[in-house]
Amino acid sequence: MKTINLTLKIWRQAGPDAQGSFQTFESGPISIAMSFLEMLDVLNERLINSGDEPVAFDHDCREGICGMCGSVVNGEPHGPEKQTTLCQLHMRYFKDGDTIVIEPFRAKAFKLLKDLVIDRSAFDTLITEGGYVSVNTGAAPDANSIPVPAPKAEQALDAAECIGCGACVAACPNASAMLFVGAKISHLALLPQGNLERAKRALGMVKKMDELGFGNCGNERLCEEACPKGISIRNIARLNREYMRATFCSDE
Amino acid sequence: MHLNPQIPSGPLNEKWERCRFEAKLVNPANKRKFDIIVVGAGLAGASASATLGELGYNVKTFYIQDSPRRGHSIAAQGGINAAKNYPNDDTIKGGDFRAREANVYRLAQISNSIIDQCVAQGVPFAREYGGLLANRSFGGAQVSRTFYARGQTGQQLLLGAYGALMRQVKTGKVILYPRTEMLDLVVINGQARGIVTRNLITGAIESHAAHAVVLATGGYGNVYYLSTNAMASNVTATWRAYKKGACFANPCFVQIHPTCIPVHGTYQSKLTLMSESLRNDGRVWVPKKAGDQRPPVEIPEDERDYYLEKKYPSFGNLVPRDVASRNAKEQCDLGKGAGETGLAVYLDFADAITRDGEDVIQKKYGNLFHMYEKITGQDPVKEPMMIYPAVHYTMGGLWVDYHLMSNIPGLYVLGEANFSDHGANRLGASALMQGLADGYFVLPATICDHLATADFQDLDIGHAAFREAETAATDRINKLLSINGKRTPDDFHRELGLLMWDYCGMARNEAGLTKALTRIPEIREEFWHNLRVPGGDGDLNQTLERAGRIADFLEFAELMVIDALDRKESCGCHFREESQTEENEAQRDDENYTHVSVWQYGGEGKKPIFHRESLVFENVQPSQRSYK
Repeated sequence: MKTINLTLKIWRQAGPDAQGSFQTFESGPISIAMSFLEMLDVLNERLINSGDEPVAFDHDCREGICGMCGSVVNGEPHGPEKQTTLCQLHMRYFKDGDTIVIEPFRAKAFKLLKDLVIDRSAFDTLITEGGYVSVNTGAAPDANSIPVPAPKAEQALDAAECIGCGACVAACPNASAMLFVGAKISHLALLPQGNLERAKRALGMVKKMDELGFGNCGNERLCEEACPKGISIRNIARLNREYMRATFCSDE
Repeated sequence: MHLNPQIPSGPLNEKWERCRFEAKLVNPANKRKFDIIVVGAGLAGASASATLGELGYNVKTFYIQDSPRRGHSIAAQGGINAAKNYPNDDTIKGGDFRAREANVYRLAQISNSIIDQCVAQGVPFAREYGGLLANRSFGGAQVSRTFYARGQTGQQLLLGAYGALMRQVKTGKVILYPRTEMLDLVVINGQARGIVTRNLITGAIESHAAHAVVLATGGYGNVYYLSTNAMASNVTATWRAYKKGACFANPCFVQIHPTCIPVHGTYQSKLTLMSESLRNDGRVWVPKKAGDQRPPVEIPEDERDYYLEKKYPSFGNLVPRDVASRNAKEQCDLGKGAGETGLAVYLDFADAITRDGEDVIQKKYGNLFHMYEKITGQDPVKEPMMIYPAVHYTMGGLWVDYHLMSNIPGLYVLGEANFSDHGANRLGASALMQGLADGYFVLPATICDHLATADFQDLDIGHAAFREAETAATDRINKLLSINGKRTPDDFHRELGLLMWDYCGMARNEAGLTKALTRIPEIREEFWHNLRVPGGDGDLNQTLERAGRIADFLEFAELMVIDALDRKESCGCHFREESQTEENEAQRDDENYTHVSVWQYGGEGKKPIFHRESLVFENVQPSQRSYK
């Protein structure tokens, strides 16, 4: 298998309040069949063997669905490949001799914990403000009692595919969470099950978004560009409509 | 020790109703007096936490990831089974008659309510154009009864449970403990009364007391190092509970999934599953001639061996996972494997594309094709996929009774972490079903019986048992940090994984298992003398986290091998080469092995103690599985 050699410039920071800086490493030979995270594994094994602390980074499923991984690679969240999480980015997309700059997702609402690891609990807090349908277990009617038009279900799923990785926030100059919130608002507003709480949900989530320090949408579309699941900014348009509708037409 | 499975009497279809009817109840106003700890926030943990919170209990939910939306249930691609008027005989049969009949039946009974619940939560299942739910067929099931949301059903179901959980967080009934790892179970007066945890960010060791502890911590497939599990999936919580007296059942039952992307190098960190729904339209084949190195598209039709279709005409490419996996291994062992390593078979969509058109096939499997192309750089529309079996799911787990309570009163175990519903082999799309059945419906209905009847000593984390467990956890961490040897935790993990794959993998025999049984303690010994973990215990130290989990895998692996040695029959996924039919299919030995093998911790350096729970089949008579 073909191998390449790379120069890696990686953000190192011992803790939330420590001073951080870039550290440069030579990768050594890297098989082009490796994933980006496997490349970091190889580096970390070497660091441990030489008695150094490995680079801390978040990851779990390594198949692009859990949303745990993500760093800014050469200025782009999750790296240069379209609709690809960092764990699914493979080294065949890099060239021998490339320099790769790796930084954490940066946003006011995401505190840096160590090296490339950040705290995204603000996303969970946003969901607590209505990112669900209020139905207790066991009280549900028969699943087929409310038909859902197939195209609506598909549209809802398009939005529901969000993995909550935070790339949209990292890509946005305003560190806005509008794509994340828009995706959840859209998913539920498009389905009859989510319809009853749509006004409350839109008002609650938008208010919390502001409180947590996320910025507003500036129509740069960089979030859509960075999203590994291809969530469309039409969801932000829908969020705006839902918010307007809730503000003017509801009793909430 | 007497293990009472507590299966209610009466006809099979009335058992679950009887169980709920006979359970002692906790008055709604009294529920707030009870604290419940849930460890794990995948489908089972999140659904249990949410439901217990709705009922009014005080719930604390612990998980090692940063958010409860990350549990590995999220990666399940294919779908969720629901009975919808079909008998569930094939789940009992699929488990090769090593599952409890009553549990399997209950799963089928509850499955419809699960679909109803998830739809009400806004889970966007696939719909027919008339607006009703669509379904498809799935590996090993003979009827079309699998509900799905594209190739990400697990994600959508988990996000549904996550939403329900976050709603309870908002009400204050559930408190979340992210990035927190359970390091020990605290048992006081014979009851599970709390846990000791480590905060993975600060390193703080903390105690938490409760009236009951619920483990929903998933399976132990990562004992093989390479598996389809998430990187952090581990056996630690269940293993530590085992060492505190909870029995482990059928640890050798491991499902090897037939459709995964093959291994390509030693640096490889995990294996990626390609949903088995692909087998609905893909045809599995290898070259007829051993050592045929031509690219697949150049191999003419009459030189291809569609071995599953040939051998199993009625099921064809849809045989259960264990059968598909073993046959792939068999073909590769004959030298007919594909690709550079020879450890792969083809899964070909050419005929399906000719039949239905590329659009239709793309619509069904587009995201899987996309994922395959990302990893391998090859387009499955243009050339067949290469697949190979990989460790996927563990049917074994902590022993539980019909109430999902372990032999330690107050310790409940849900989802993949328990052993109860899948016997020796799990059918496709029934893991999601079990996780949600346990969390939404079974545990909330049974836990009240314990809470209402047990005699609870008034205690808090000031109790000496918590100090003791905290000290043990701290000592162990200090030990891991102080060895200062030459090998990394992953290096040991890879060695253990390879050993397990070779000797306790798809096919097992006495000589190999005996060899593994000598080798495991040797690796463990070296681990504790030659491990290197840089950094300290006072902050985020991912190497330390891994070292702790691998230390547990090194102990657990031995129990797996002991169990595999003890079960001299073949059944389901457990294929003992000594026990096969003339046609090389698994040969069960119902006379001697119609039981659950239950293992009790015997103490440090001592052999585990064997117990047997006999299985009784009242409704489905055990028969030789045949998928011909």
